[in-house]
Amino acid sequence: MRLLKQQIDRKDGSGFATLLPEEPEDMWHAYNLIQPNDLLRARAMRRITKESDSGSVASTRIAMDLTIRVTSTDFDVGSGQLHVAGKVAVESEYVKLGSFHTLDLELQRKFTIEKADGWDSVAVEMLKEAIDTTKRAQVWAVVMQEGLANICLITEHQTILRQKVEVPIPRKRKGGLDGHEKALDKFFSTLLSTLLRHLDLPAQTTPYKPLLLASPGFIAESFKSYIHAYATRTTNKPLLTLLPSILVAHSSSGHQHALAEVLSDKTVLSKLSDTKYARETALMDRFFELLRKDDGRAWYGPREVERAVEKGGVGRGGGVLLISNALFRAQNVVDRKRWVGLVDRVREVEGGEVRVLSSLHESGKRLEGLGNVAAILTFPLEDLDEADENEVEDGDGEL
Amino acid sequence: MGHQRVKALDYDDDLDSDDDYFEEGEGDGEFLLKLFTPTQKNMRQGTIEVKAALDDSISISDKEIEEALWHYFYDITKSVTYLKNKHAPMPTKVAAQKKSKQVSRFDRAANSAMNTQVQNASGTVSPYPIPQKPSLEHAIISAAEFFKDVPWLKVPPHRRGDIIIEPLYPRGGLLGGSSKPSKLAALAAARKKKLESEKNSFAAAAAVDAAEQPTDKVVSLLDRLNIKGQGKQDVAANVTKNEISSASVLPIPTLRKYPARRKRSSSPRPAETREDKPASVPASDNLIEILDLRAPPSTFAATMIGAHRPEPRAQSPEGSMFSLYANRPEVANANPFSGPSPDDIVMNAQAKGNKSKKGPLKQPNGGKTPSNLADSVSSLTVEEAPKVKSKNLNVLEEFEKSNMKRMANFVVIGHVDHGKSTLMGRLLYDLKVVDQRSVDKLRKEAENIGKSSFALAWVMDQTSEERSRGITVDIATNYFETEKTRFTILDAPGHRDFIPNMIAGASQADFAVLVIDASGNSFESGLKGQTKEHALLVRSMGVQRLVIAVNKMDTVEWSQARFNEISQQMTAFLVAASFSPKNLAFIPCAGLTGENVIKPPLEKVIPGNWYSGPTLVEALDASEPAKRALSLPLRLTISDVFRGGVIHPISISGRLDAGSLQIGDSVLAMPSGETATIKSVEIEGMPADWAVAGQIATLHLADIDPIHLRLGDIICTPSAPIKNVKSFTAKILAFEHVVPMSVDVYRGRMNAPARVSRLVAVLNKHSGEVEKKRPRIVQPGAVARIVVELEREMPLEVGTRVVFRADGNTIAAGLLEIS
Repeated sequence: MRLLKQQIDRKDGSGFATLLPEEPEDMWHAYNLIQPNDLLRARAMRRITKESDSGSVASTRIAMDLTIRVTSTDFDVGSGQLHVAGKVAVESEYVKLGSFHTLDLELQRKFTIEKADGWDSVAVEMLKEAIDTTKRAQVWAVVMQEGLANICLITEHQTILRQKVEVPIPRKRKGGLDGHEKALDKFFSTLLSTLLRHLDLPAQTTPYKPLLLASPGFIAESFKSYIHAYATRTTNKPLLTLLPSILVAHSSSGHQHALAEVLSDKTVLSKLSDTKYARETALMDRFFELLRKDDGRAWYGPREVERAVEKGGVGRGGGVLLISNALFRAQNVVDRKRWVGLVDRVREVEGGEVRVLSSLHESGKRLEGLGNVAAILTFPLEDLDEADENEVEDGDGEL
Repeated sequence: MGHQRVKALDYDDDLDSDDDYFEEGEGDGEFLLKLFTPTQKNMRQGTIEVKAALDDSISISDKEIEEALWHYFYDITKSVTYLKNKHAPMPTKVAAQKKSKQVSRFDRAANSAMNTQVQNASGTVSPYPIPQKPSLEHAIISAAEFFKDVPWLKVPPHRRGDIIIEPLYPRGGLLGGSSKPSKLAALAAARKKKLESEKNSFAAAAAVDAAEQPTDKVVSLLDRLNIKGQGKQDVAANVTKNEISSASVLPIPTLRKYPARRKRSSSPRPAETREDKPASVPASDNLIEILDLRAPPSTFAATMIGAHRPEPRAQSPEGSMFSLYANRPEVANANPFSGPSPDDIVMNAQAKGNKSKKGPLKQPNGGKTPSNLADSVSSLTVEEAPKVKSKNLNVLEEFEKSNMKRMANFVVIGHVDHGKSTLMGRLLYDLKVVDQRSVDKLRKEAENIGKSSFALAWVMDQTSEERSRGITVDIATNYFETEKTRFTILDAPGHRDFIPNMIAGASQADFAVLVIDASGNSFESGLKGQTKEHALLVRSMGVQRLVIAVNKMDTVEWSQARFNEISQQMTAFLVAASFSPKNLAFIPCAGLTGENVIKPPLEKVIPGNWYSGPTLVEALDASEPAKRALSLPLRLTISDVFRGGVIHPISISGRLDAGSLQIGDSVLAMPSGETATIKSVEIEGMPADWAVAGQIATLHLADIDPIHLRLGDIICTPSAPIKNVKSFTAKILAFEHVVPMSVDVYRGRMNAPARVSRLVAVLNKHSGEVEKKRPRIVQPGAVARIVVELEREMPLEVGTRVVFRADGNTIAAGLLEIS
């Protein structure tokens, strides 16, 4: 994403930023940046109906710049499309104030955001992250098991499930071995053709993104040799050049969440150590390890973490606050303020480390299970959860 | 002239081909030769008479006449006829045909009795009920034509009887025939026919031959006569046999009446006629063939026909091998089965639709030739498959009536490389379920890739990957039975990566065999690994009884101390895993060498002979029969979906967890919610009409697309369907730490991604009371209640046992409480 213009007041955070999204990933950033009640200005097409004095109706489509006050956002992960709905905030020649419009943000089309309550620290950081133009690692990963494969694209900020391939494979059976092997071959060929369609190798500029194959048993290994045989047989040059960057790893299943396991693998980590994903995964692993020890240094859940922060547990010398960016997308302004406040407190008052995990990554999903927020404390704290048993009884909510 | 030449040329060949009888006659040869020599006078006399009898218009050499006389054994009339015919417009065929007609057993018997030439009285009536000699004017169906659809053996009597109906009247000649030595005639004809094509090229040489060596020829003829005579003297039947063999290659005059003949024979004949036939009609009657239409049968084959005639066999009266069935109502209706089988339906349809291409031949007893089977199978697929009809059995009653042997499915579990597959291979081999030959073959293959010790395991591990890597990947199913019980083996993989497959196997089992490697550190490493995990898994899936096979005892010299050590440790562990000690049986054994698998070990094998307990098979046999949830609604977990061949495009297999099913039932597949019809049922590879809970059945389905059937799906009855759920509450026993996390939920073959969304409470292990609400984490060994959210809807119901796994570890197992 390119920052075209920025006017943010350091003190109160008021101001705006004009951005130009350049790649699909940028839509994800925009999705995280745009909050309800923000003002968003972008190019829009709108059908204008005019009724003449004689009563005849003429309808035309007119492109114009519209400013809307955001009411909701909708992000399609698969296609990377972001739709922002809101009420028109600035009246124009054609559109009345307060009429509804949904802006479809598009690549290479600039937009301007003005925060309703000013740019808070989290928003500023997100903006920084969004306009970071340093080279980002992207990895294609195929998590598979017999008859099932998930083709995923792992980027800096998200893991996108591109396609799920399912081919029924008969089990081994007396006199039925043929079916098993034939089906396996069919599975591989389906998977490879699907994968090639997604990789779109010839269109890619070199060097190719690494391809990660992970499975229990030998499926991934077999698939690699299948690709090898296929590439050699068809003398598919792009595929042949891809071959050296294929990594085979072990996973316990072919489901997407097994990716977490793959990415904590040492050999894979060494190749991907730069990605945010790998760092987050490592952090989550550490958290779970502490949790298993159950020595009171790992806590999860909104109330528990807040309490731990209050008691100064997440401070200098190892305190880490893990928080999912899903919390900052909260439609409720109060909620967002609550979390921004927590982050600010840890960062500025306590001196601990804050990690905002992408809810679209596996690590973010693991965190989601824990209530979207967790903390590694510098010292053990017990019974952070005891006091609120009664609240839980009736509330039942995590947030 | 041609006739003679041919004879001279072909003499040696004949000798060869007729070796069989020649050998028998060797001893009497000389005597007979003498016996016949004085008849030269007769010959001369006969020649003159024949010459006189013949028309002037036909010029025939003396040699030919002599030849003919020889053939007909001085029968003037016959010789004359023969010669006349020979020189008539259709010479060879007519002559040969005539000869063939005269080949009657009676003739020959009479002939052999006669030493001198006898003038046949032309008015003599044959004592046989049926005229022996067909007139020339009558159409004669060729023997070959007639027999072409008849197998070489077992000519049915009624079939032979067809000839009787032919109005065959005696022609001039004593006893309806001449004294012609039919054997010779047959040979001559055979030679002629065989060499007809070569005749032209060899004609000149042959003529020279014949002219230069008349003596040779005479001798050769005499030789043959000797044998002939001997044959006659020996047994009449023997002669008949010879006749048939030669007759089958006899030429035939005409096909004129062929259609008429066919028509008549296609209708069923009166039984009495048929009864007469075997006795009264010598096969020689039928020995006619269409000229040059097909190659003559080999001597061997021809001999065989004669040798085994009497066994009746359903035959087609018409030309085609497949024609009989359709046209014979009595055969078609002789179906021993209650309703028409699919084969019958096809055959009837074929018979109706296409008379010329007849339905497959089918014996009333149901015997089929493979080609017929293939025929009917392929026709089945072409035709609209008949709607499956339910027999409306009361399956439970049937099950009780059937009084079946006890059935038990057991899963073989244990750490990787502890010898599960080898032990089972040994078991099957020793019980002769797998034959020596296949094991030898496996041994050889295993040695070829340098893994000779894997040979027995390969009985179970059949895919190329399993063999090359030397580990089991997927469940292998096999069957065997003891005196008391029929067992199904489910050989599970030990490798941790394939635990999903092991779970699938264990979910089908009534009890488990835990294989433990007694040697070195294997036991200890297994206890940390899959020995432990598997034991916990089978326990949490409801398996109560465990047979612990302490394997590879040969590697520790059958040390009692080691066995006891392992038993104690395992007992402690298993009891902690809530197995009851009385349900545990420890059996020392050695899978590779086979001691104490089905046979107790020899005394010298065990030092001190300390073990006197049961063998592995005895221990298996001691298992209690599992309870069957027969009366509950049907639940079957699909453990395999495959294409069962052309007839069964969609087949599934799996264990019936509850209820029963039968052919024709309509069933519901969940979660897809599609219905299917059960076309047929197989149990242990044998067709069955029904299946009940506890059995592992293969169902061939109809009316469903395979896309709706996936591994782990549940087949249930539409009247009491299982519900798809998106989230459920389960009471779990944690093996590892449980926090809200991503997990895989396993239920049999089913394997679904899910998320532990909430830890509701930690419960007291014994009383089940809530100890702590909303725990942060569930510690290993604790019992807890959790809420699980599935990624997509799955068919689960209360009381289902599920297993939770994450990151390659089994973290918990539990029971569904609320769905």
